Amino acid sequence: MNLCRVLGTVVATEKHPAFAGRKILVVQPVDETKKPFGASYLAVDHSSSAGKGDLVLVMNEGGGVRAVLGDKTLPIRSLIVGVVDAVTVG
Amino acid sequence: MYLGRVIGTVVASKKAAGLEGARLLVVQPLDHAQKPVGPAEVAVDRVSASTGTLVMLEGSREAALACDPWFVPVDSAIVGIVDEVDT
Repeated sequence: MNLCRVLGTVVATEKHPAFAGRKILVVQPVDETKKPFGASYLAVDHSSSAGKGDLVLVMNEGGGVRAVLGDKTLPIRSLIVGVVDAVTVG
Repeated sequence: MYLGRVIGTVVASKKAAGLEGARLLVVQPLDHAQKPVGPAEVAVDRVSASTGTLVMLEGSREAALACDPWFVPVDSAIVGIVDEVDT
């Protein structure tokens, strides 16, 4: 799982039925000091409360996502599974 | 999942089994600011996107799962047409 910062939302009317009713957020990977690295990407929100500016936990493994969402056919790879309150290192 | 811009089409008359009828588009992956990320790639279109469209893509095995039938040799699929990115 990765730490990410939520940058915003994506609106897509025409989409694969698997994404119907799901909130899609733009996330930026950050390191343990909350410094951004790499390119932003999109993740489906399963925490139901993540919003712009939040630090979140993103799972990037499709098998795990399908187990969490209880559907073996879902074409979803990145899922926000938690909103992070604090990160302590060292 | 990631953002991308459709920049062209691919025609391939000889394809692996399962890819018959698949619409292949050339897509440039983008970040949230619509800045290109890495090289362009070929993706299967699942939502009738056209050149110039901002789309969302799914990669690896999940791209195959977005196809019907799903057990196909695909590792990049267009799964949505983006109306708006609010960042």
